Amino acid sequence: MFKKLSQKVQVGVLAICSLATSITVILIIIFLFSEGISFLGMKPTEEGYVLAVNTKNNLNSISPELCKKVFDQEVDNWSQLGEKDMPIELVNSDQIATLYSEEAIGSEMEYLDTCYNDYVSKHVGVFAVMPKNYVTSKFKGRVVEVQENSIASFVRGREWFPTAKPIAQFGILPLLMGTLIVSLGAILIALPLGLACAIYMSEIAKKRRRKIMKPLVELLAGIPSVVYGFFGLIVIVPLIQTLFHLDVGETALAGSIILGIMALPTIITISEDALRNVPNAMREASLAMGATKWQTIYKVVIPYASSGITTATVLGIGRAIGETMAVLMVTGNAANVTLNYLKPVRTIPATIAAELGEAPSGGIHFKALFALGCILFLITMSINLYVNFVSKRRGVK
Amino acid sequence: MKAITKQKIVFSILKVMSFMVIAILFLIIGFIFIKGIGVINWGFISKMPEEGMLKGGILPAIVGTLCLIGGSMLFAFPIGVCSGIYINEFLKDGPLKRFMRLMTDNLAGIPSIVFGLFGMALFVNKLKFGDSILAGSLTLGILALPVIIRTTEEALRSVDDLHRQASYALGASKLYTIKKVVLPIALPNIITGLILAIGRVSGETAPILFTVAAYFLPKLPHSLFEQAMALPYHLYVLATSGTDIEKAKPMAFGTALILITIVLICNLLANLIRAKFKKK
Amino acid sequence: MIQIKNVNFYYKDFHALTDITMQIPDKAVTAFIGPSGCGKSTLLRLINRMNDLIDGTRLTGNILVEGQDIYDKKVEVEELRKKVGMVFQKPNPFPKSIFENVAYGLRVQGMKNETEIKDRVEDAIKKAALWSEVERILNNNATNLSGGQQQRLCIARCLAVEPHVILMDEPASALDPISTAKIEELVLDLKSKYTIVIVTHNMQQALRISDHTAFFYLGELVEYNTTHDIFHNPAQEKTKNYVTGQFG
Ligand SMILES: Nc1ncnc2c1ncn2[C@@H]1O[C@H](COP(=O)(O)OP(=O)(O)OP(=O)(O)O)[C@@H](O)[C@H]1O
Ligand SMILES: [Mg+2]
Repeated sequence: MFKKLSQKVQVGVLAICSLATSITVILIIIFLFSEGISFLGMKPTEEGYVLAVNTKNNLNSISPELCKKVFDQEVDNWSQLGEKDMPIELVNSDQIATLYSEEAIGSEMEYLDTCYNDYVSKHVGVFAVMPKNYVTSKFKGRVVEVQENSIASFVRGREWFPTAKPIAQFGILPLLMGTLIVSLGAILIALPLGLACAIYMSEIAKKRRRKIMKPLVELLAGIPSVVYGFFGLIVIVPLIQTLFHLDVGETALAGSIILGIMALPTIITISEDALRNVPNAMREASLAMGATKWQTIYKVVIPYASSGITTATVLGIGRAIGETMAVLMVTGNAANVTLNYLKPVRTIPATIAAELGEAPSGGIHFKALFALGCILFLITMSINLYVNFVSKRRGVK
Repeated sequence: MKAITKQKIVFSILKVMSFMVIAILFLIIGFIFIKGIGVINWGFISKMPEEGMLKGGILPAIVGTLCLIGGSMLFAFPIGVCSGIYINEFLKDGPLKRFMRLMTDNLAGIPSIVFGLFGMALFVNKLKFGDSILAGSLTLGILALPVIIRTTEEALRSVDDLHRQASYALGASKLYTIKKVVLPIALPNIITGLILAIGRVSGETAPILFTVAAYFLPKLPHSLFEQAMALPYHLYVLATSGTDIEKAKPMAFGTALILITIVLICNLLANLIRAKFKKK
Repeated sequence: MIQIKNVNFYYKDFHALTDITMQIPDKAVTAFIGPSGCGKSTLLRLINRMNDLIDGTRLTGNILVEGQDIYDKKVEVEELRKKVGMVFQKPNPFPKSIFENVAYGLRVQGMKNETEIKDRVEDAIKKAALWSEVERILNNNATNLSGGQQQRLCIARCLAVEPHVILMDEPASALDPISTAKIEELVLDLKSKYTIVIVTHNMQQALRISDHTAFFYLGELVEYNTTHDIFHNPAQEKTKNYVTGQFG
């Protein structure tokens, strides 16, 4: 009786443990997405500040991206914002201080609000950044709303500048591009090398040589990414700098090379498995007809293993997309929208790693980084599900 | 061109490319070994960092990494093994088992920086562990879980069913059979999983960035709730953001060498165990 | 004519064939019989050098096909295999279309002319008595055919290369009786043009289709004679016991 119960308890414990991975995945989803989604709907304005214009102006709301352009004076005429043709007059507290006399402002700036009020009401072309508490019932200007973060602004924004004042920029396009071009470059390097190695190991090399190579390839997978990053920083980066006469060697190319090396073991192991799973009968059938070994490999063996090789490629890309430290160390981390491999780029994981330490917990920047995490999670999850789907359809596993 | 000539050319190209892959491995390891070996001495391993980490040793980073290995394995190994046992021995083939495996695969595929985010949100912020060895160990433990579950499952699967049937035939219960017959046979391979997980955990940087790692903390940790230095993060700091990166290079090479040595030993050990018990 | 002279063959330390000497006549069917593991497949695979693919094998003695020593350094193994085709125990079509399966050998030889390929493919499938069944589905995947059809497709694939010799290793053992009958019929059909060597476990089959039969036992050639004599008038006690089903 007691024995039965104790057995039941033990099996119960095992069962609970087996839920660990599922629970973790669910928890990851909950925590990642609760922070990430709350990023949407927040306003990227500096805490405690508002934008204000003259009441004659019709502008009601403005996108963060346009707003930044106004402050950078890339946009300097109201007509560019769909208003009347007149120059935009930017003012903030510093400018007000130069425009009004010291008495008007007060020795401790206690009348700054009156000055703002005065200036905004008198100048039609004004575009002011001012403390929120100056907006009282007496205020004669009109407050312009900054549009909330949305999926569209997040995905389409061309600038990532989370500490920009007064309007932070959270466009992931440069990060997405950076991630994609670095990963693409990595796979272009890793695929030919990895496939060649897999073919050599599975089809050409003698058993003994294969037995030596296999653990070496595994070792390549075991080297920590920070060591790859270090190696890249010390060897690859200076090499690229001198080879291409660049000012800085930290480039997308450096990231691609290092990530390519890091993706090799994934590609080699999985495609070698796929090649070795090709039934020997296929090879014999081809060879018995007088095909050479190479003809057999590329006309029969590789097509037969093609879905496994695709899986290997996809997983290799997945590994490259998610890799953090090595990329952080060698790509220079400038958020450029570029296709130039000789320019610094910044990837999504590297951004999270570089900025999370400085982002105040719970703030908009912090949440934006979690939103990046969500995107990363979704990408890798789809890759996994795809691979799982494909391998199930093939009936292996 | 004759097919056979073509084959000769292609095969030589393939061979050269494969050797390049192996050459890259030796290049990386050899480079770090040659540059790092001169730095390594007893003082390097046993002293605190001094003078803005340009002198002295890396003892706190080594101890920190050992704490993280210990902490994460203490958490992940039992849960992982139990999970592997349950999935492989108790679940029937079917959607539930497939789902469990899919979840394990999914967890394994999540990038390590996402683990960092998650560890920070859950352990550091929500559970209020703060930046601590506890939070770091739990984060790394979760990351190591799939490795351990997979190897456990594989180890159990490679146990011949004859052994199980022999035990059942003698009237033993399922649990008893697993404990007394299956596990002892599978143990060496399960240990392989543990070792591989240790190798993995000791080199991970992204998950500890925001859960435990301290930039400079020249003392040994006294409790689970303290921050700690760790080898991979220390290497990152030395290589990218020290006070004087040029002068810190020798220290960085030394740290990298220690890190690689740990990984090499783990790999070697795992392969040895695998090879030894495969023959039997 | 295939001449096998004092052939010894080893898998690593294992002595699989001992001192085999025999001559296989042209344009006839020769059957290899014997209990499992006696080396029939091994000898068969030596004739088109398929055993080259296995590591650690060793051969002494000579095998001559049409007067040429096939293990001579000058011989290109691909050329030999074009001349000596092989059909395997389990049908092994490529997961390609029926047409591409048969065209494979031609393409491998570098044939580019599509009309010529088409003619040769059609011709080969007809010779393999499969044309009426697949005429309309040439572009379907070959793996969707029935086992018997697959095996005849493999024979067609082999014929397309226009070999002189066809080696068959238990070509019907994985098939149902009706398919087996079709294959046997086909073999009888083909023997006017090809030299056929067939391994079989089925005594009746050997009796039905072969002209000569070789009986192997533990890596040795025990007896080799006309099929009639092997079955009705065996010289060796072992042969008699085997063909009458007393062991094996
Ligand atoms: N690749 C190999 N490596 C080592 N030994 C082998 C190999 N192939 C066959 N053998 C051995 O050589 C002997 C002859 O094998 P073979 O396949 O020629 O027999 P067989 O007469 O064709 O048998 P069956 O009727 O079962 O097909 C067997 O004892 C077998 O174990
Ligand atoms: Mg055989």
